[in-house]
Amino acid sequence: MRELKILAVVVFFSLLTYYLVEPYAHSQMHKHVEGHNFVYTGEDDIQEASKEKKEVKEKFWSEVKTIAALKGDPAAGEAGFGMCMGCHNGAGVNMGGVIPPNLDHAGALYSKNYLIALIKDPAMASNVDHKYADTMTHPMGSVKTMFTDNQSIADVVAYLMTKKAGDVTPKEAYEEACGRCHAMRYAKLTQLGETPKFKHEKDALAYKIKVIDAQDAVKAYMGKLPPDLSIMIRARSEHFMETFVENPQSQLSGTSMPRTGLTEEGYAKVKAYLEEVGDPSKPKREAVGPWVLGFFFIFTILAYLWKQSQWRDLH
Amino acid sequence: MQEEKKGRRDFMGKALGAWVAVGGIGALYAMKRTWDPLPSVKAAGFTTIDLADAQPNQLVVEKWRGKPIFVLKKSADMKKDPRDVVVGDDHFLIAIGLCTHLGCIPAYVGAEHKFKCACHGGEFNASGEVLKSPPPSPLVIPPFTIDGTKLVLGEAGPEFKKLKDAGLIA
Amino acid sequence: MAHFDENAKPFSNKWLDERIGLNTLKRVLNTEYWIPKNINFLWAMGMVLAATFGILLVSGIMLLMYYKPDTNLAFDSVNYTIMSEVGYGWLWRHVHAVGASIVFLIIYIHMFTGIYYGSYKRGRELIWLSGMGLFVAFSAEAFSGYMLPWGQMSYWAGMVITNLFSLGSLDVTGLVEWIRGDYVPGDAYLTRFFMLHVMLIPLAIIGLIVLHFGTLRLPHVNNQESEEIDFEESAALWKAGKRKESKVIPFSPVFLSKDVFVMGVYFILFFYLVFYNFEFAMDPVNFDPADGLKTPTHIYPEWYFLWSYEILRPFSKDIGLIAFGVAQAAMFFLPFIDRSPNVAPAHKRGLFQIWFWVLLIDMITLTAMGKLPPTNPTFATIGLIAAVLFLAMGPILFIITMFEKKIEKGA
Repeated sequence: MRELKILAVVVFFSLLTYYLVEPYAHSQMHKHVEGHNFVYTGEDDIQEASKEKKEVKEKFWSEVKTIAALKGDPAAGEAGFGMCMGCHNGAGVNMGGVIPPNLDHAGALYSKNYLIALIKDPAMASNVDHKYADTMTHPMGSVKTMFTDNQSIADVVAYLMTKKAGDVTPKEAYEEACGRCHAMRYAKLTQLGETPKFKHEKDALAYKIKVIDAQDAVKAYMGKLPPDLSIMIRARSEHFMETFVENPQSQLSGTSMPRTGLTEEGYAKVKAYLEEVGDPSKPKREAVGPWVLGFFFIFTILAYLWKQSQWRDLH
Repeated sequence: MQEEKKGRRDFMGKALGAWVAVGGIGALYAMKRTWDPLPSVKAAGFTTIDLADAQPNQLVVEKWRGKPIFVLKKSADMKKDPRDVVVGDDHFLIAIGLCTHLGCIPAYVGAEHKFKCACHGGEFNASGEVLKSPPPSPLVIPPFTIDGTKLVLGEAGPEFKKLKDAGLIA
Repeated sequence: MAHFDENAKPFSNKWLDERIGLNTLKRVLNTEYWIPKNINFLWAMGMVLAATFGILLVSGIMLLMYYKPDTNLAFDSVNYTIMSEVGYGWLWRHVHAVGASIVFLIIYIHMFTGIYYGSYKRGRELIWLSGMGLFVAFSAEAFSGYMLPWGQMSYWAGMVITNLFSLGSLDVTGLVEWIRGDYVPGDAYLTRFFMLHVMLIPLAIIGLIVLHFGTLRLPHVNNQESEEIDFEESAALWKAGKRKESKVIPFSPVFLSKDVFVMGVYFILFFYLVFYNFEFAMDPVNFDPADGLKTPTHIYPEWYFLWSYEILRPFSKDIGLIAFGVAQAAMFFLPFIDRSPNVAPAHKRGLFQIWFWVLLIDMITLTAMGKLPPTNPTFATIGLIAAVLFLAMGPILFIITMFEKKIEKGA
């Protein structure tokens, strides 16, 4: 039938145009980055590293592998964790540029390999060693002097993985993993946590200055203020977010954002929160969509019957 | 034959029209929802006032849902009233500070223990009752609940319900 | 003074007819507005466009209630208030964004239909010209609307497009600043483009739509064979009940019934896109707030502007601007560039048919190259060739149609 042939031509050229300007153009525009399902073995780090650093990194990650094979003792690790508590106390006080994260759910959020690497050498683990001539100067660099033998690292990580691995809500996951550096104004979150309500403008302004101070500290440390994450979930593609969180250097070479070491489940939690805030209409979209489409299916059927009744005796 | 065809044509047109009307109602519902006050506006419809700071016979004006709220702690020489909000031993007048005549804000004259409305000369006593018309009814008491010495406006607590059940507020 | 029946009930058919000529209106606009019977679904695109415009108007009005044209508030009023607080605000925004994008797909289909069937030729020049006027107005409407969310793409598109008005080496920065009301796109700029988007351009569009319909009334709609129909004779046949013999149908309800069916199919696609595949119309980059100190890695216009953007891009500044200007204006002159006396579908017009398909493919190529990164030399070369070809298409048409063989009537 002629009309269907014409339709086929129209559809063909429309889809061709769509393919060229959307999937194809985007595949050409963006760098291809392979994901690793949030498993941290340092593979990327070694590959990206400059010649002189390659060897150091290879050695570092192979040691991480050795430690991961050790059997950690949570009870022994608890004593070691006491040292961590000096900074990771949830007080929200900036230390050397960043606020040490709360570790209440560290075992549930972060990968074991990553935690081992982090205690061994924080700058290397988070893949920001390019920022430091000596990784000791990393804000958490001194940890290297606290856990000097492999077994003590294995113990404290075993402690985190068993005792600090309770249920974690998406919001807690976000706050612990991202919220110290990134604000999220649509959820009224700043680097200092939830913004309280103030009755008097003076108090509100005083608090605002505290926030700006905190942001300036982060800015001084990171080089620029990390972006607000309110609707980041819509501003970046799913693939970008995953690979970026896994290894920020892979998408943004030279960035000062450290790797956070989230596991796949940990990232799923963070993502759920980013979606809840940044794309809150998603559940409604999914609920309303089928009804609207159903309406137009029936509309089209009725319109077809009407058209048939009008046109049946024309030829 | 011709008639039958015409009948079918009309019927299908009407069926389609009815279906479009169904869709139209759906669209109108969505539009109605768009006109609704925002959740944040509704959530902001609560104001907390600390009554501990109030001084006798000194009018405090707070804002609740965009309207002025009169808070007046009664001094010993002022008449108690069943409409008073009682916190501990203290009696308070809590009322929306809009004249029930046409909505102007009456001014409080402390020496006379009276509210006087400049617009049309209406007067209320310190318990919010009409002394002089035109206002047809006493000052309106907003829904409130008491939490210690704090008063939360916008939520109907037991004290408010009691006043309402007693027929003291409309 | 006309005669008014004393006994006519208020608002009855007769009462209304005596006052506003209801029956005449019905006859002229509906029941005796004759449309050729020999048409296909492409003839429904006009009504599909009208319906889409209606959807854009309604969703736009809904969005207006919470949008704030202020550089400090615009972004959050769209992305926070409308998207998460306003009841169904997200729906209006998705519908508006998808509608704004898809309306151009239909416009292009509508235009290429007109070119293919020769619907711009003798007698129908004004239809083409008013249609091109609508195309320009819709383009301006789309561009001004794109500024409003004040994201990174809004800002940088505003920056780049307004810079075109410096007219290349003439360096008329005064004009650019005048358009912006500032040195860079700022608050004054956003507010005036808001005015253009919600007031001036929509008024122009509505006026042009009326004109477009008006230009259609006397020459009548073309048909699949571009046949010259004796509308009076055919209309008489229809009125005599000879539905089969007549070559025409009334606009309402017969033509409309097919339009509505096509619209139904179109709406299924439309709302599928609204709910499940909207990213092509809501670019992720625009979910980053405008930042005058940081250009996004890739900037590109929406897909419907890509072909003209690509005509600008491969040349040096001045030549690019001239090429761009010529390309924009050339389409207007189509009825006068085409020298052939034949009013016929492309497949009956020899070389013109080849010209038509080359034009279509060239424009799609330009569109694709306009988005692909120009840093890739292959894409840059293809883009340059396609742009030169596009500019040559006018003169080529002029020549091939001059030598086009006249089709004899009845042949």
